Amino acid sequence: MEIAVISGKGGTGKSSITSAFIALAGQVVAVDCDVDASNLYLLLDPEKTGEEKFISGYHAEINKNLCYECGKCVTYCKFDALGWDGGSVTINEVACEGCFLCSRICPAQAINMIPSDDSRLYWGDFRYGKMVYGRLAPGEENSGKLINKLRSKAREMAKAHNLEIIILDGPPGISCPVISTITGVNKVVIVTEPTVSGMSDLQRTVELVRKFGVSIYIIINKYDLNTKISGDIDLWCAGQSLQVIGHFPFDKSMVDAMIAGKSIIEYTPNAEISKLINVAYIKIIT
Amino acid sequence: MKVAVASGKGGTGKTFVSTNLFHTFRSMGISVSLADCDAEVPNSLAFINAMEHKKSDVTQYLPIIDATKCKFCGKCAEYCTYNAIFIAPEMQKIRLLEDLCHGCGACEVACPNYVIKESYKNIGKVTTYKIDGKKCFVEGRMLPGTSSPVPIIKQAIKSAEKIKADYLIMDAPPGTSCPFIQTVAQADFVILVTEPTPFGLSDLRQAVDSLRTLNLLFGVVINRAGVGDQAVYHYLQTENIPLLAEIPFDKEIARLYSKGTIVSEKMPEVKSVFENIVNQLKYYGNSGNKR
Repeated sequence: MEIAVISGKGGTGKSSITSAFIALAGQVVAVDCDVDASNLYLLLDPEKTGEEKFISGYHAEINKNLCYECGKCVTYCKFDALGWDGGSVTINEVACEGCFLCSRICPAQAINMIPSDDSRLYWGDFRYGKMVYGRLAPGEENSGKLINKLRSKAREMAKAHNLEIIILDGPPGISCPVISTITGVNKVVIVTEPTVSGMSDLQRTVELVRKFGVSIYIIINKYDLNTKISGDIDLWCAGQSLQVIGHFPFDKSMVDAMIAGKSIIEYTPNAEISKLINVAYIKIIT
Repeated sequence: MKVAVASGKGGTGKTFVSTNLFHTFRSMGISVSLADCDAEVPNSLAFINAMEHKKSDVTQYLPIIDATKCKFCGKCAEYCTYNAIFIAPEMQKIRLLEDLCHGCGACEVACPNYVIKESYKNIGKVTTYKIDGKKCFVEGRMLPGTSSPVPIIKQAIKSAEKIKADYLIMDAPPGTSCPFIQTVAQADFVILVTEPTPFGLSDLRQAVDSLRTLNLLFGVVINRAGVGDQAVYHYLQTENIPLLAEIPFDKEIARLYSKGTIVSEKMPEVKSVFENIVNQLKYYGNSGNKR
């Protein structure tokens, strides 16, 4: 079974809650799909046993010795990555999407495509099983493709070590990396918070997840920061036939657990918040 | 001066800082505009009382393949870097996988039989808003199911630049990948918002690395000061990164913010924190203090 925890809005408590689920599950493959701001490793403290290079894409480079400034590449580039600087063709690396078109049409064959291979895929052991994680080099794209790699590695490890549950900590937002995280999972948990932003992002996230036809479970974290909006979220979810499986109060010990490098379940197993997370977890897996 | 408000980690208070900064600039009588570049989940509008002025669609190139005229040579699939063309010559089948297509146009160029035609699809909207009859806010909003918000971010910044204001604040998307870079690369100064927790610090380090590779000028705002530990402060000190301001952890701030209230208008102590940031930005904006 694969369970993905996502949120739309960042900072709602996704990784903290994911780590609690992992501790409750006991034996899992944990996957950190937030490859450009990964945090889960801080709580799981994996011991790395392997790594792999990940080519996140390519970027164009002009060989000025060959270029005769015809400008054909500038006309064809759909991303405004090629332009004129005085009488000379220049590349804006930030805008380049590495599509190869310019290198293919250049009559002087003056454009080379350079692979970006600074990103990494890692795997290792931790106290509740196996962990797969990655690091997308700053400014790179294709985090979706890296996530797909993480997930197939996770499945491979689950099979090899007879682990039945894969828990994925998702990235914020609703675009490609989130789509890669939830495609083909069995269950999606959405963690929201009772703020106007939290509610609006929840609605956009649900709109996306609905396209995948998987079971959706909603958690309202820090619900007591604004009980009115929390109630509005409950009402909206009821109207959408969405199951709210937990209302977790704001609890400073979540931060203390993070500083201690533990999940809340390990840090304060008997606290109210730990019990509530346990109840929610049982609703997800049954 | 263009100021991006960013953070590696989501939920540290980017929108809180950008909208309060925007209101503080206005209350100090300084001309300012705001662009919400977090096109996946834009939220600034909830904190701004503005009138919609102009809405425009953002489109992306989409190739249309005429399968009835296709000779199944496979040249288009060979040119496609994103594996967005599915072709099975033996079954006489060809299909575009729209989710994977980046809209680069390589397939159209590749096709020797001219059966791929150019077309465009909607991927989001950029809307300009007015306050008191003057344009000052732009929002980029991606359609759910779109693979990348980048074209919408670019368009939103372009529209915001057309508003001639002394300061442009850009509310950036989280992370350190493409959407983040697209926003911060346009800025003269970047405000990184973090929180004093291990997660906050870990993501701040990554964001700082990215900004240093781009050679950008930046400073840090610590939000929810008081929760967590001291590690972020030590990091800023050893790395010689300016701490622009601290916003205390206060349930009243969280409560006001959760309702969509501009906190600096209700709490004078928060207002003075933001006035202080404005003054520091003025300093960085003076040409003599630039890199």
